[in-house]
Amino acid sequence: MRRYVIRRLVQAVGVLWAAYTLSFFILVLLPGDPVSAMAGAGADSAPVDPARLEALRHEYGFDQPVPLQYLNHLGHALIGDLGDSVATGRPVTQLITQALPQTLLLTASALTLAFVLGGGLALAATFSSRPGVRQLLLSLPPLGVSVPTFWIGLMLVQFFSFRNQWFPAFGNDGLKGLVLPAVTLAVPTGAQIALVLAKSLITTLDEPYIGTARAKGAGRRHVHLRHALRNASLPALTVAGLLVGQLMANAVVIETVFSRNGLGRVTQSAVNTQDIPVVQGVVVYGALVFVVVNLLVDLVYPALDPRIVLAPRRPVVAAA
Amino acid sequence: MVVLTGCGGGDSAGSGAGGSSTPKSGGTLTFAVGSDTGCTDPQQVASNDSIYSVRQLVDSLTDQDPQTGKIVPWLAESWDINEDATTFTFHLRDGVTFSDGTPLDAEAVKADFEAVPDLGALAGLATGYLAGVKKITADDPQTVTVTFAQPNAQFLQATSTHSLGIVSRASSKLSAQDRCTKGIVGSGPFTLAEYAANQSTTLKKRTGYAWGSSLWKKQGEAYLDQVVFKVLPEAGVRTGSLQSGQVDAIGNVGRADESALEAAGVSLEARANPGVVFGLSPNNAHPILKDAAVRQAIGYAIDRKQIADTVFNTGTEPATSVLAHTTPGYEDLSGKLAFDLDKAKRLLEDDGWSAGADGIREKDGKKLSLTITWFANSPTNQPSLELIQQQLRQAGIAVELQQNEISQFATILQTGDFELAWGNVTRADPDILRTQFSTSLANFYQVPETDLEKTLTQQAGTIDEAARDELVAQAQEDLVENAYTVPVVELQTKLGVAQRVHDLNFEASSRIQLHDTWLNGVE
Repeated sequence: MRRYVIRRLVQAVGVLWAAYTLSFFILVLLPGDPVSAMAGAGADSAPVDPARLEALRHEYGFDQPVPLQYLNHLGHALIGDLGDSVATGRPVTQLITQALPQTLLLTASALTLAFVLGGGLALAATFSSRPGVRQLLLSLPPLGVSVPTFWIGLMLVQFFSFRNQWFPAFGNDGLKGLVLPAVTLAVPTGAQIALVLAKSLITTLDEPYIGTARAKGAGRRHVHLRHALRNASLPALTVAGLLVGQLMANAVVIETVFSRNGLGRVTQSAVNTQDIPVVQGVVVYGALVFVVVNLLVDLVYPALDPRIVLAPRRPVVAAA
Repeated sequence: MVVLTGCGGGDSAGSGAGGSSTPKSGGTLTFAVGSDTGCTDPQQVASNDSIYSVRQLVDSLTDQDPQTGKIVPWLAESWDINEDATTFTFHLRDGVTFSDGTPLDAEAVKADFEAVPDLGALAGLATGYLAGVKKITADDPQTVTVTFAQPNAQFLQATSTHSLGIVSRASSKLSAQDRCTKGIVGSGPFTLAEYAANQSTTLKKRTGYAWGSSLWKKQGEAYLDQVVFKVLPEAGVRTGSLQSGQVDAIGNVGRADESALEAAGVSLEARANPGVVFGLSPNNAHPILKDAAVRQAIGYAIDRKQIADTVFNTGTEPATSVLAHTTPGYEDLSGKLAFDLDKAKRLLEDDGWSAGADGIREKDGKKLSLTITWFANSPTNQPSLELIQQQLRQAGIAVELQQNEISQFATILQTGDFELAWGNVTRADPDILRTQFSTSLANFYQVPETDLEKTLTQQAGTIDEAARDELVAQAQEDLVENAYTVPVVELQTKLGVAQRVHDLNFEASSRIQLHDTWLNGVE
């Protein structure tokens, strides 16, 4: 178990380094110039003095050779200093740590909702004995996956905020403001969980051991929840790791629609102004969250299925 | 043919129709804007969405009447300008203080203006206005003199803008970025209570304020207790929030949202932005665009009215000069900017450009194919240019559209790596023509050396209004006749304002002034 955890941790650090390095070079290679962006933000740009631009470029170290810039930045990043935002002058770590809790709260509520709604839907669909109901329920997840998130958000806001003022349309204030964005964000994620879980439940319910359990006189509900769900939830859990990445990406859109201040908004404005240190910081934090979630998923696996940890040492066990 | 008659609208002065008509103090105005530039220093911000809030924090030496364009007293009770417009002496009013309690005197103004060059590139507008300053002296506590090396008539109007709003001496000492992040202290009718990046800016009424602009209706303190600017990037959410009463006013109303807002009883306030209109500015040194006939043909081939009517919000006017009609010194050149496809074709034909098999003209084996560089900083840009692309094709001119991030704007202009550039510049002084088209300044558009330069320099040194207007008119004619730039449409600022809001007024640069604004239904 310890070696498993250590190996996973080393992998995690590798992923973080790769994310940092890749994002650095992609951002440097992009056309455009963050310093001119800084000087010419907005539509009404007056002519800019080239000497001033040069001075700013020097101040931010953009005039150094790229490999040197990379090493310099990496060195600072290792001690937790991601530099200052070019657009606002605020430290990147401060910008991110201020915005991160809001985004984590939003994505965590959305993920919880997604598991409850998606899982519930899959269970209900596979449990139902009436083919009509089953078909109807199973047709919902593909719909949920295919509808654009921002459209769901705008529709919810239209009905629950503009027409009936039950929830605020914007802002970060309190639980009430969290409901609409969390529901919006939960729809596509929940739909994917439902898709995977339903499919895996249907397959599992066909397994011989389920027949055995039934023959032994286990109740329908007992077989469904105790025997089938436990085995069928592994694929859904695997997907959950990926879904977190998707949730973070969707949060960029949702935070813009609902005007919530979070990592998504920070990212959006940083990309607009080509604020390289901030974009990089966001990429690194995104990778960090992703890595942590996947690490957790990997650690939960053995609890559900002990064979997974033992597998590398005793590959024979896999044969069933 | 069906004629639709619009109801409502009209030239309503002020906003809102229903309710009481006696102004009341108190209440909170919530105003939704689309973006936040992350800076709370009026001398550094250049985007309307940020200017709306920070403008309220500072007073300026002068103010500009949006109706007449005249410069009137604000912090300065009077001023003297010497014959050749190099020396400006301002006589400040007595008893003005910043919100930190320190006096706003000649020394404070001197410190403020002297700190501007250190803001550098971050304060492009302000540094531009003060370019060429020789010395600033505080003659006595109430008198400050600014001397320039060259004639600089635009400086008087510049002192009325948010960019030269006066900040306290403590704020002048801060670095450019500290001013952005920590905020500045001004003497304005409102103070900054809270700033949450990307989310909101909260302003509180300054109690004891007693030195407003001579244009304001109310003496002393503002009516509103508090103003909250919310950042709502989604246009649909801004519109819906206003319709459902969650906010009181919004900026950037698009054409698609007008009818829904009007149906909800919201009043739409509009004013054309002064300055250089939206248009195509050729790189006048480009091998094809060097040819005046080609530039002029582009001008005749564009149906400006069609663009204004289909893409921009209702009431937007086609360009009738290189300056918008709200700019002082504007000259109506609509006759020279008429849509005339036949004339465009004839110009090109006579110039040796004959139509090829695909309808695109050719000359010496070269196709009449051009690229328009544009930036995604306004939702109207793409549809406008797609329409222009179709219109120019009718005359046999092929156009390719090249979109760029706004962050590349300065670089592209500086390197001259463009053929035609699409854009506008807001400024309520005709000197903007010199800033944009003088050959002795940056000359981004590579305008050739002609008499235009002389006219532009002369107007910069002319104080006499009539004489200056004449020079400015001549410069406009010169620019339009030679098509050094091709004006297309006047940008209009359109706000949606709830009925309970009164006197939310435009200032001369089509931004807002909230000192006189008041709310209905306030206890």
